[in-house]
Amino acid sequence: MPEQEQLVAIRVKVNGKEHKLQVEPRLLLVELLRENLDLTGTHVGCDTSYCGACTVLLNGKAVKSCTVLAVHADGGEVLTVEGLAKNGELHPIQKAFGESYGLQCGYCTPGLLISTYQLLQRNSNPSEKDIRKAIAGNTCRCTGYQNVFKAIKAAAKGA
Amino acid sequence: MFPRPFHYHRAGSLKEAAAMLQQLGPEAKLLAGGQSLIPLMKLRFASPPHLVDLNFVPGAAYVKQEGAGLRIGALTSHAEIEDSPAAAAIPILHDCAAGIADVQIRNRGTIGGSVAEADPSGDWAPVLLTLGAEVRCLGPKGERSVPISKFFLDAYTSALGHDELISEIVVKSPPKGSGGAYLAFKRSAPVYASASAAARLVMEDGVCRDAAIVLGAVGLTPVQATEAEAVLRNNQVTAKTLEAAAEAARAAADPQPDMRGSAEYKRQLVAALVKRALEVALKRARGEKVELGHIYA
Repeated sequence: MPEQEQLVAIRVKVNGKEHKLQVEPRLLLVELLRENLDLTGTHVGCDTSYCGACTVLLNGKAVKSCTVLAVHADGGEVLTVEGLAKNGELHPIQKAFGESYGLQCGYCTPGLLISTYQLLQRNSNPSEKDIRKAIAGNTCRCTGYQNVFKAIKAAAKGA
Repeated sequence: MFPRPFHYHRAGSLKEAAAMLQQLGPEAKLLAGGQSLIPLMKLRFASPPHLVDLNFVPGAAYVKQEGAGLRIGALTSHAEIEDSPAAAAIPILHDCAAGIADVQIRNRGTIGGSVAEADPSGDWAPVLLTLGAEVRCLGPKGERSVPISKFFLDAYTSALGHDELISEIVVKSPPKGSGGAYLAFKRSAPVYASASAAARLVMEDGVCRDAAIVLGAVGLTPVQATEAEAVLRNNQVTAKTLEAAAEAARAAADPQPDMRGSAEYKRQLVAALVKRALEVALKRARGEKVELGHIYA
């Protein structure tokens, strides 16, 4: 066990903004976002890399930020749900989720929005199967998946 | 949840990582994608005092077609293998890569990390065993190559020394007339398989010249179903021989009852998975394109 706390200097761009921080190596990316940067849109659900509520993009790839160390974002770029809206205008994916009632309690929504964002970046016209595969790592405990599917389809049409 | 504090060592190369392991001693752990180790550390099942981080090692993620085979860098993510045209030439690799957990975990988790962890429920082990892969290991004394059949010694225990790491996995291109398939049965995407089966057939004029059948998650290490293989070898693959092979595989499985099901349930699962995997392997050996996804309960 380390006697003295080790700190690692990292530089990370979050939603386009550069940050220089000193972090404990055991700090998780989700805690860096929520506690150090006050970006509480990213949620902690299961905290065991199952539920996907903490999904963010790290260097363009969706990851579960409860299972990534903050030091792994060093030199990289992170996109969280707060980075989707531009100039006070909701992102088309966010609008589609709102208009299609793609959420009930909303706890899983930030993660679903980011997973959808990754899907539509790679595939602008996803099939039912593609959508299923893309959100297999996002659990909605209200089980409102039907409207989530509708929202993703609507977002794909609008994008 | 936080892991216990640890000393963090960022390796700049695989060689440097091996040197760090040697210097730090047997309690140091390697961190690749972290999709198993980080949860284990958060739950305090593992509390290594030192972590050697491989995430910043350049050039260790690749899938290269070379000579008569594929070389897969240890730090290649499951997603990179899923998307690799070179890996797609061996469909069983795609079956496995595209089915592991979910998108987020496939983006981080690596083939080298999965093999090194030697988790009895790991997806890669059964697949690589049917392909007769080689595990290239790097240690202070240099490189060595371990046949995958000699790699898994026990649950979570591999042939790697404490100061060794996996540098790459080498897969020979299967001979003409080969077909393989991998199927896992899971309760949902992010969880481990309840049982899985990898199968490979080499067909020649309608006769099976070689067969490999390996079961996952139903023993402390992957289970090679040698009697099931013997049923098919030098025989025609018919409904009857498929059934006999599936029965032999059921007998070879040694599952533990747990929250995923009773031992008897898992044996039943194994028989069904082996039969389905063999059917797809046979179609692929005939040159048919078959898409295969994991099965959810």
